[in-house]
Amino acid sequence: MTNASHLVMFRWLLWREVVLAWRRRSDVMSMLAFFVIVASLFPLGLDPDSRLLRNIASGVVWVSALLASMLGIGRMFSTDYTDGTLEQMLITPQPLLLIVAGKIFAQWLITGIPLVLISPLLALQFGLSPYEMRMLFLSLLTGIPVLHLIGAIGSGLTLGIRGGGLVVALIVLPLCVPVLVFGAGGNVSLVGAVLALTLVFAPWAAASALRIALE
Amino acid sequence: MLEASHLECVRGNRTIFSDVSFAVRPGDCFRLTGPNGSGKSSLLRMLCGLLSPSNGTIQWQGAGIQTLGEEYFSSIAYFGHRPGIKDEFSAIENLQISSGLSGIGISRKAAVCALERMGLGCRMHLAVRFLSEGERRRAALARLVVGRSSLWLLDEVLTSLDRMAVETIQRLIDDHLAAGGMAIVATHQELKLASCRSQRIELAA
Repeated sequence: MTNASHLVMFRWLLWREVVLAWRRRSDVMSMLAFFVIVASLFPLGLDPDSRLLRNIASGVVWVSALLASMLGIGRMFSTDYTDGTLEQMLITPQPLLLIVAGKIFAQWLITGIPLVLISPLLALQFGLSPYEMRMLFLSLLTGIPVLHLIGAIGSGLTLGIRGGGLVVALIVLPLCVPVLVFGAGGNVSLVGAVLALTLVFAPWAAASALRIALE
Repeated sequence: MLEASHLECVRGNRTIFSDVSFAVRPGDCFRLTGPNGSGKSSLLRMLCGLLSPSNGTIQWQGAGIQTLGEEYFSSIAYFGHRPGIKDEFSAIENLQISSGLSGIGISRKAAVCALERMGLGCRMHLAVRFLSEGERRRAALARLVVGRSSLWLLDEVLTSLDRMAVETIQRLIDDHLAAGGMAIVATHQELKLASCRSQRIELAA
C-alpha cells in the first residue's frame, strides 16, 4: 500500500471521529462540565486565603483534567468494538499502528484541546499571575496528549470487560503519576520528555492490546 | 488461491475442531455448515487473520497469511456477526468511511449506486439507527459491492434478510465467482448459486 492510501485513510479516520464527536456532542460537553465543576469545588471548599489557593492551583487543575480525561478514554475503542467497526479496522490493508495513532490524535483534538483552552479561565479563580497561568497552560498542552496515549493502552486492554470504565481508570491513573508530578510542578521540559517517550511506545502497545482483545 | 491445512482451533480448554484442510481456487464457493458451536465463526475469523490457529497453516498464493499481513487484508472482505457500521452515520456515510479506511476513497455517487443495488432506496440518507435490522445488514453488505477483494468470508450473511435481499446476495456472490472471485459462506440457510463449483465444508459438533 502506498503513502497516498495511508493519507486517504488518515483523512477519513479523522473526519469520522470528528463528525461522530459532533453527533454525540453531549459526551464532550459533560466531560468539560465535569472538569470545570471539579476544579471550582476546591476554591469553594477551602479557606479563601489567596496564597493557599495560588499554591495549590496547578495541582488542582491538573488532577481535575486527569479525572475529566478518564471519562472519555474508556470509550475510545469500546464503542467501535461493540458495533464491529474495530474488527473491520483491524483487517483493512492499513498498518494498525497508523489507525491507532489516528484515533489517539482525534481523541486529543476533540477532548484534549477544549480542555486546555478552558484551563486559563479556571486558573483565574485561583488568582494566578499571568506568568503562572502561562506555565499551567503550557504544561497542560504538552501533558494532556500523554494521558490520551496512555489511556489508549488502558482502553485497548479492557475491551470486552464489564465495567471497563473503572478498570481503565485503575490501569491508567497510576501510569499518569510521572506526568502529573512534572506537570503540576510546572516542569514543562520534563513533561515534553515524557510525551516524547510515550509517543514512541504507547501506539504500539495499544495496537498489540487491540490484537489480543479481538482474538 | 487459499490453502488451509490441518487447522486446529482451541478455545479455553476445549478443542473445537482439528485437522481441517481445504483449498479454495478462483471461482470456488465453499459453504461452511455445522451445528451451533462447531466453530464456523472461529474458522472464518482464522481465515481473515483475526484469530491465530493453534495448529496448522493458512496460505494465500503460496505464502503464509501472517507474513503477508496488509497485502493479504487487501484481498479479503470479511462480514461477521457484528455488521461493522456506526449508528450515528447514514448508510452512505458508513460505506464511504469503510472504503476510505481501507485506503480507497469512493465518491458519493458510487456509494449511492451500491446502496441502490442493495435495495435501500431513499432510506440511505437516514442515520442507520433508524433502520430495521435487515436494512442495517443491507447497508453493511454494500461493502461487498464497492470492494475489490477477491476472497469473501461471509458469516451468517443471510440472517434477517427478506427474500428479495437474499436473492440479491446470491446474485452478488454469483457475479463475484464468475469474475474469478472466491467465497466462503457460513450459513444455516440454503444458498442457491448458479455456479456448479460450490462445495461444502462440514464441521462436526
